[in-house]
This record gives sequence, C-alpha cells and structure tokens, in this order.
Amino acid sequence: MLLLVDILLSGLILGGMYALTATGLTLQYGVARILDLAYGEVLVAAAFMAYVLFTGAAVVPLVGLVIVLPLAFAANWVIYRVMLVPLVRRARNRAALETDSILATFGLLFVLQGIAFVIFGGQYYGYSYLSAPISLFGATVAVNRLVALGFAAVLAVGLYLALTRTRTGTAIRAVAVDPDAARLVAIDVTAVAGLAFATGGALCAAGGVLVSMFLTFSAGMGVLFTMKALIVVIMGGVGNLLGALAAGLLLGLIETAVARLVDPGLTLAATYALFLTVLLVRPTGLFGRPAR
Amino acid sequence: MRRVSAAIAIAAAGFWALSGAAIAQSAPDKIKIGYAISKTGPFTGGASITTLPVYELWVKEVNAAGGIKIGDKRVPIEVVEYDDRSNSEEAIKAIERLASQDKVDFILPPWSTGLNLAVGPILNRLGYPHLAVTTNTNRAPELAKRWPNASFWLGLPADISVEMVAVLSKLRADGKIGPTVAMIGVSDQFGIELTTAARDAFAKAGFKLAYDKSYPAGSQDMQPMLKDAMAANPDVFVSFSYPPDTLAVTDAAKVLGFNPKVFFTGVGTAFPLFKQRFGANAEGVMGIGGWNADSPLLKDYLARHKAGVGREPDRWANPVTFASLQALQQAIERVGLDRAAVVKELQSGTFDTIIGKVKLEGGLLKDVWAVGQWQSGEFYGVAPSTKDGARAPVVPKPAWGP
Repeated sequence: MLLLVDILLSGLILGGMYALTATGLTLQYGVARILDLAYGEVLVAAAFMAYVLFTGAAVVPLVGLVIVLPLAFAANWVIYRVMLVPLVRRARNRAALETDSILATFGLLFVLQGIAFVIFGGQYYGYSYLSAPISLFGATVAVNRLVALGFAAVLAVGLYLALTRTRTGTAIRAVAVDPDAARLVAIDVTAVAGLAFATGGALCAAGGVLVSMFLTFSAGMGVLFTMKALIVVIMGGVGNLLGALAAGLLLGLIETAVARLVDPGLTLAATYALFLTVLLVRPTGLFGRPAR
Repeated sequence: MRRVSAAIAIAAAGFWALSGAAIAQSAPDKIKIGYAISKTGPFTGGASITTLPVYELWVKEVNAAGGIKIGDKRVPIEVVEYDDRSNSEEAIKAIERLASQDKVDFILPPWSTGLNLAVGPILNRLGYPHLAVTTNTNRAPELAKRWPNASFWLGLPADISVEMVAVLSKLRADGKIGPTVAMIGVSDQFGIELTTAARDAFAKAGFKLAYDKSYPAGSQDMQPMLKDAMAANPDVFVSFSYPPDTLAVTDAAKVLGFNPKVFFTGVGTAFPLFKQRFGANAEGVMGIGGWNADSPLLKDYLARHKAGVGREPDRWANPVTFASLQALQQAIERVGLDRAAVVKELQSGTFDTIIGKVKLEGGLLKDVWAVGQWQSGEFYGVAPSTKDGARAPVVPKPAWGP
C-alpha cells in the first residue's frame, strides 16, 4: 500500500514536471501552428535567469517567476511578430508554415544556444533551493518538486479556465480548431496566434524556472527538453491542453512504476513503448481530433 | 621544407647531442596547435570543465612566457580550434582538416572516452601524438599497443572499482562498515565497465550486493531507485553516474535522509559545482578522482586556474589534462617539432608536472587517483593509499544536514 502511494505520488510529481514543460509547446504548436524547436532553449534560458537571480541577487525562484514570466512573454511576442509573422503571411497552407517554422526556429535554437554558451560557457549549473523532505501520506518527497507540481497545477487550471471561460480564450480555441473559419467571425488570427505563442513562451519559461530548482542544466541541454515536450504534446494530441497534461502525468506514472516495480533500466524503453502504443491506437494523440 | 631539414638534423645528431644552434636555425616563428572540442551538444558540459579551459589556460601561460622553447628560441603557439559538436564524425573530419588544411604541428584530443576512441585511428594514421587523457576504458592497454602514438592518463575503470573496493575492504576489516552494498550505474560503456569491475571486486572481497541496478543515460529522476536502495539498508552506496545524475542522486539521498556509512558517487563529485550546490553536505562524500590539495604545485595551479579561467577546476581529469600538456611541451622542448620523436619521448621520458613527476608505462599513466573524498571543503585523494598525500577516509559520512 505504501509502495503504491509512493509510486503514485512520485509519478505524479515527475509527470507534473513533464506536463509543465510541455503545456507551452502545445499552445505554440496547436494554436500558433509554430513547431518551435527553440522551445527547450527558452526553457534553459529561463533556468539560467532563475539561477542568476538566485545566486547573484538572492531572489528566490518563486519570486523570480514574477520577473521572468513577463520577460519571456514579451520576448516571445517579439519573436513571433518579427520572425514568424512573415512566415505566416507567406505560407500557403498549414504544412508549408510548419516546414518554414521548423527551419526558422531551428536557426533560432542555435542563436539562443550560442548566446547562452557565450555568457555561461558549456558547464553544468545547479543550485539548492527547498531541497528538503516533506512527508505526504507516508511517502517522502522533495519540497521543491512538490512546489513545482503545485505551480504546474495552478498554471494549468488557470490556463484552462482562461481558455474556456474568457472571450480571448474562446478566440484562441477557435484559431486552434480552424484559423480560416475564425477569420470569418472577425477574429484577428495573427494577433491571437501571437498571443498564444507568447503565452506558450511564458509557460515554457515558468517550467524552466521551476525545474531549475532541482535539475542540473547546461547551455547545451535545451534539445533534451524540446524532445520530451514534443513527445508529451504529440501524445496528448496537438493543441490540446488537457491532452498534454494527461500525457505528461501518464509518462511520469509509467516511468516511476517501471523503475520501482520492474527495473530502472527500462524506464526509457517504457516511455517510448507507451508513446508508440498511443500513436498506433490513436494516431492523433490521446485527446486529438481525427485529421480532416 | 624547414621542418623536414630539422627532422633530418635531429635524426642525424640524436636527441640530446643536437646543438642549440642547429635547431635555432630551423626554429619556425610559431607552433600551430589545433584541436576539435565539444562546444555544442551533450559533451559540452564535460569538455568545458575538464578540457577546454585547460587548453586555453595552458596556451595563455606558455605564450605569456614567450612560447615553447625550440633550441634557444621561444616560439609562441598559434591555436586552430573547431567544434566537434559532440559528434564523432565531426571530430574525425575536424582532425583531418587540422592535419591536411591547417597543417598544424600538434593536435590536442577531444573530451570523452567515445570521441577519443573515434579519433584514435586517424591520429595514429597521421602520426600525431594522441594524449587521450579523458579516455577511461579497460581496453586502454590493448589500444596503447595498437596505437603507439596514443597515451592514456586516467587509469582503467577496473582500477577505479578495484581501488574503491580495496578502500571499503579495509574499512570493513577495521570494523567501520558492514558487508551490505547497494550499487547503481548508468547503462552506457562507462557505467557498465565500472559496475562490472566493481561487481567482481565486491564478490571477491566478500561484500553482499543487496541492490544492483542500471538506469538509462540522461535520467535525472533518481528518487525511485534510491528508495529501493534505501530499503536494502546498505552500509555502502555506490553510484557510477554522470554529472547531472550524480547531483540528482546526492540531492535525492539528502531529501530522503538516506545515510549509508559510505556514499560514493561518479563523475561530477570532483566538480566545484558539487561543493557549491551541497555546501557542508558534501563533507564525507566519496567519488571518482581526487587530488592532493596540500601539494604546493596544485595549490598554485588552483590559484592560476581561478584567475585565468574565472572558476575552479574539477579535482580529477582537469589537473591531469594540464599535466599532459606540460609533458607535451617538455617533450617538444627536448626533441623539437618532429612528431615521431615527440611520440617516442612522451612514451619514454619523465616529465615535471603539476601532479608531480610523470612517467608513462606502456602508454599508460598508472600512478593516478582513483577515489577521492570531500574533507573540509576539499576533494582529497584517498586511494590508492600508496600515493603521495593520500588521506585516510572519513567514515561514517556525517548525516545530511538541512
């Protein structure tokens, strides 16, 4: 029984981290139709900012969020307006935009990575914050990971409410479903997509700040986060927030369960087996719509 | 042509009989040294703490002194640098380019066992000395025979495991620890070689392996494994891990209050980052590597590294890398720019370095630290216990603080 609680709790915490680092991408990819390959770099940049704020100015990461989130929102909005809007304008259809955005953000990846290398070098960074135990239902977990899960939950619920209960949120969902039809009902698709992209970037940065509390990171690590986020997003169904959440939590639970009950060496294999199974059974992801 | 005539002159006159004047005539106005190093990709983290800063520091110091002495003239170093992008094909291409296009006089090695093994054949074919410092493989003695131009400076993984078990056996004989061990290792070549050797050594020494699992590279979620390891209630916990996982495993142990008498972690334990992240909690943690922090030479190196690079070096392969460059410099100063002669000198000569007198045996530096321990804020070498400056291990490790 204790083992079960332990697996559930640790799995949810790990899964919450996956979901947290993937929700931003689902907004960017699902609504703005930009497959942002520089996603992980933005996440790592946010982790570095949290590191600098914490070690340099003694600003705790949770307060750091207040500084980093608006910055990331603004920076991503500028990226969308300056770099991606021309691509959106000239793209004839969704497939063309996807190809163009992959190429453009692939370039952006190297620019951001290069800047990070120049400033921080290639070595590993990490710091200790709230790395203390807390007992929940008899299982021990780290406070910083629990806090990250809590924030992930708050952000996810907030985002879900914003998407379903507000006018702008409805517009965002409309654009995600059908950009052409959205235009017909007087939605400024470019503005809404820009908003979604920037919000996605801000969420991504939130993920970066929160995981920096317990993960070791380096300037070259962005790609790893992009990969994981892509798996979660594709598994959950592109553009579906709940799908990304469910997929993230599921991955975390499976990984933890396999590590505890089977063999820690098989966690990666289990992750990809789950991913493949989902894609075989539901090619558009857990909550994805069938392709038109 | 100049270099050819220098080579003939050297061959004619022998290494030591050569008069200074003869070399001075043929001394070039610069020595070109090239390297391809991981500046992007997954190996960047290791390369930029252990290897690249050492290259830069060494070149800066040598050039500040006027350069490498060829005859009685000091010749400055000119560097040609490429990024191998942590990719073995890129590394090989870059080495070919360094040799054929840039026509460098010497090539410094990349970081990591994998990349050094990848560039081994080409460096051997081109006849460049290969200072494969960050190569840690049990195949090193065999490779040194196959590639006489190559030298290996970190000992063998088997030695590390055997030395670690030797330390533990002694502690057990003294009644300080019991026989139960929990071990985890990353499932790539590095982790597998170390865990295999450790498993054998533990069995021979009569230890009981209560938990023995591997995990995929890149994993930073160590808590599930640690909980099971903890349930085995071991006296000794061993983790053959890479830097991010080493930090994660230590963090998880601290959070879980997992306090075995001996806590041993892999690559990264010797990094300054470890101390910075865990502070007083680093005390008593054992790991791969170590150095004799009381040695005046290393104290001086630490200060120079801090001033020149802006941060501290790691306490394992970084000083050894610097020592290998000092050996290269001394070999060049003794025999000139002829690469075959430098290879021979590196194999047979004795060199004064920051880690003391260095002499290779069969292409291998055998006198190296295998196990270190954080003691009063410094990562001292504890094994082999015969080495100069070896400290006695502090056991049990103090319990984790807040």
